[in-house]
Amino acid sequence: MKFTTVFIQRRLVALALLLLIVSFAVFSLLDLSPGSPEEALLGPEARTNPASVEAIREEYHLDQPLLRRYWNWLADVAHLDLGRSTESGEAVTHVIAQRLVLTTQLGLFAAAIVLLVGVPVGMLAGLRRGSSFDRVVTSAAIFLASAPPFAVGILLILMFGVWLDWLPPFGVGDGAVDRLRHLVLPALALASAALAIVVRQTRAAALGVIDQDYVLFARARGLSRRTIFLNYAFHNAALPVVTTVGLLLVFSLSGAVFVETVFGLPGVGSLLIESINSRNIPVVQGLTLLTAAIVVLGNLFTDLLALAIDPRTRYAGTA
Amino acid sequence: MSDTPTIDPTFIAIPTRRSRRRRISPLLIACSGVLLFVAVCAVAGSAVAPHDPGAQDLALGPAPASADHWLGTDGLGRDVFSRLIAGTRNAVVGPLLVAIGTVLIGTTLGMLAGLRGGRVDSLICRFADLVYALPALLMVVVIVGMVGGGSLIAWAVFIFFSIPTEIRLTRSATLRQSKLAYLDAARTLGLSTPRILFRHVLPNILPTVVATGMLDFVGALVGLSSLAFLGLGVAPGTADWGLMLAEERSIMDLNVWAALGPALMIILTAVSGTVVGDWLYDRLSQDRGRA
Repeated sequence: MKFTTVFIQRRLVALALLLLIVSFAVFSLLDLSPGSPEEALLGPEARTNPASVEAIREEYHLDQPLLRRYWNWLADVAHLDLGRSTESGEAVTHVIAQRLVLTTQLGLFAAAIVLLVGVPVGMLAGLRRGSSFDRVVTSAAIFLASAPPFAVGILLILMFGVWLDWLPPFGVGDGAVDRLRHLVLPALALASAALAIVVRQTRAAALGVIDQDYVLFARARGLSRRTIFLNYAFHNAALPVVTTVGLLLVFSLSGAVFVETVFGLPGVGSLLIESINSRNIPVVQGLTLLTAAIVVLGNLFTDLLALAIDPRTRYAGTA
Repeated sequence: MSDTPTIDPTFIAIPTRRSRRRRISPLLIACSGVLLFVAVCAVAGSAVAPHDPGAQDLALGPAPASADHWLGTDGLGRDVFSRLIAGTRNAVVGPLLVAIGTVLIGTTLGMLAGLRGGRVDSLICRFADLVYALPALLMVVVIVGMVGGGSLIAWAVFIFFSIPTEIRLTRSATLRQSKLAYLDAARTLGLSTPRILFRHVLPNILPTVVATGMLDFVGALVGLSSLAFLGLGVAPGTADWGLMLAEERSIMDLNVWAALGPALMIILTAVSGTVVGDWLYDRLSQDRGRA
């Protein structure tokens, strides 16, 4: 137990440090992007209207040194105030929240595909290694693991949206059922890479487990295949699968940027690209900070989950 | 695990026909073929293309495949097949430089960490852990998108985010070497650290380095084409697969190849690179057997 406490403490310190570094990098974006910060915040108006330049300097305290401004900004962020969008003037938190719903739905859909398809398929392929099923699954996993989501998305649009005409290739749809239909292809594209990884991990885990003596012993005791599969193979193979969940989060967050652009979905991923293109810096800062925080916390959660599931990991440090 | 007596473990499964010997699969041959084709196109460039990849034919516009234009033309009447070939060089050069940069920096740091241990080791590992914890592709999109600066910046940022993996792999390969007698001998002779690293450790872990370099290459290829798809890191109008895909996906109904072509090229090259890279890593690296 002592190891667990030390582990968690250490992780929390690393986490805080990482977020601090990221937040500083994110804040510096304003000064790093080409042109003066006033221009970056105001756009072309900065050259023609001295009054609004004065106002923006006032509002963002641009006269103060960088570190001072960073500190003020950080204090605002701690109060969940990320500034205002330079496009609409709305609060950044509001702009992001509006778009977050769709991305969350998309991510959950993709996660469901990954876990409900990936785990059983990988497990089965591992238990039947060398079979033609295994070979097909392994080849498909190689393909999906290296193909970027936007290219997979284009293939899916062509195949199911244009040639077969089964599913709508663009847009979000009206109502729950239609929304679900519209999200099938994007979710598949988003899930592709993570699916491949989870299949591989589960397969490898299953392969490792069936070689174990305790499975042989369970078999010798005359336990049914089902019991062996669920209680022994599945439980012991769960750890590597759980550890990929954190990876899943990273994949779906960065994948969302591309998938939402391909399928024309108004989520936070496409919001990031729009904001970059329109140089809407406060929104870019907010989104980057949010994603970094989610990913870092997700990784921490994964590690804690691994500690909870597998007692062996709790003693890893003392061995 | 391997020292326990082996009992046929396949009682749950169908008996396997998988043989223990390593053989070269047809998939591997096909993938090497694709990589070879890409390499030839990258070297020859537009010289082997049937048309000038930049020549526009606005009167023709987007046309489907024909005898003259094998994969049809894009929105500006440019020959898609020629642009795919011309795009090969763009698709290969960036990732190649990123892979070289990553290997140079990552291998040096990894070897140093593995050899010296102690404070140097923990410092380098902390750095690797910190960078590794970030969603790399997203960070690259934001940095290149906001700072701008074209492909040079994009390559540099990619190198930065690829270094942690390289460090981890070379470090563990070096750690295995550091137990061996020849390194004790080298230390006893009082050789300088750079000399030990590059003359003694490096030749012994070179297989791992080559294999990881290949995987770095594939990662950068996918990453850079993803950036180009968003219009970042490449100039508009460049014959680049990712950019072509972004520009031409709106005319998919007029000439499907204008979008399908670049998508397939990206996927084929990435998949082939991964297959060959994984095979190299399995064959060459001493990490064999580690997933």
